[in-house]
Amino acid sequence: MTWRDRVMDVLSRVADPEIPVVSVVDLGIVRGVKDDPKSVVITTTYSGCPATQVITSDIRKALDDAALNDVKIEMALSPPWTTDWITEAGRKKLQAYGIAPPPKGSGAPGLKNAQPATCPRCGSIKTREVSRFGSTPCKALWQCETCREPFDRFKCH
Amino acid sequence: MTANEALFDYALRLGDDALILSQRLGEWCGHAPAIETDLTLTNVALDLIGQAMLLLGYAGEVEGKGRDADKLAFHRDATKYRNCLLVEQPNGDFGRTIARQFIFSTYQRALYQELTRSSDRRLAEIAAKALKETIYHADLAAEWVIRLGDGTEESHERMKAGFEWYWRFVEELFTAEPADAALIGAGIAVDPAKLRAPFDAALAATFAEATLALPKYPRPITGGRKGRHSEHLGHLLAEMQFLPRAYPDAVW
Repeated sequence: MTWRDRVMDVLSRVADPEIPVVSVVDLGIVRGVKDDPKSVVITTTYSGCPATQVITSDIRKALDDAALNDVKIEMALSPPWTTDWITEAGRKKLQAYGIAPPPKGSGAPGLKNAQPATCPRCGSIKTREVSRFGSTPCKALWQCETCREPFDRFKCH
Repeated sequence: MTANEALFDYALRLGDDALILSQRLGEWCGHAPAIETDLTLTNVALDLIGQAMLLLGYAGEVEGKGRDADKLAFHRDATKYRNCLLVEQPNGDFGRTIARQFIFSTYQRALYQELTRSSDRRLAEIAAKALKETIYHADLAAEWVIRLGDGTEESHERMKAGFEWYWRFVEELFTAEPADAALIGAGIAVDPAKLRAPFDAALAATFAEATLALPKYPRPITGGRKGRHSEHLGHLLAEMQFLPRAYPDAVW
């Protein structure tokens, strides 16, 4: 296993502090691995996301624990994070956890929130947006019209 | 003013606008008309804090005197703040808060859209990231303006009164500072006059749907960009800066 593979393997087990069911790799926060100096490039989801500091220290700890102390963490602003970077595996985990994942391409201007969310409990698409801003910067509040359950949806971004 | 000082001042202004409005919106926490609205206003506040951290952090780097975003936010007095007067005004009722948010986010969306093409790479990157958030803020504010304007007699009156209170502060958003000329010429800063047309167009579209009459702008009040603020900013800073000023060595 190359050091790059080892780094990605370690990161795939670092959970997002707000939504621990997905890893930082699933969420598309990890943008890549670089040589010279050896570093992991990460980005923030929303510029004010309070989880950013925790994510950075969790990644640091995981790398150190795997004897990858020499790998630095680099923060990249550009290109800006989009929900399109959430992996397929990440989308499935979110759905199973009760958070409706955003459809691919839904962050594009003009398409935002145009499609109804699929209820993560009963699978109905008869759903409505209650509030575009939810319990974290990345989520919106929705409700299912079929089973009446409220649920979170990842904001299309 | 050197080119570096002008860039510092420009980044400071952008950052201060975001920071001060964020602090104002945070005052709604636990007081908004409904829990969803409470979450909404504080979410917008959070996005703005993030933008302020990026912009003030960059301002500090440009200045090169070792001041970071926290130092700039917590250890500057009111006269050193460069935010526009609009963002420092007290919240008033929900209608007035929404009027301010509509004016500011509609302006900021147009600004960031232009700034993504800045020749200053960092400003362009920050703008590209912040724009995605600000589009949400501007949409949110427009939806509320329509809902309240085209709502009951009471909500219509409150929305109208909220905007009437704020019209005097609009001009300042679209006025460049003398030191900006060189920055605008170099493609670093955005000429705020260019933002007026998209702002007016968005306002006209939303107001038509909201059944609100287009504004008759009164004589403008300006001065925030030069550090001449209303008394309200001092009170806001007193609350925001208390802890790091009283306990300068405090850490998390």
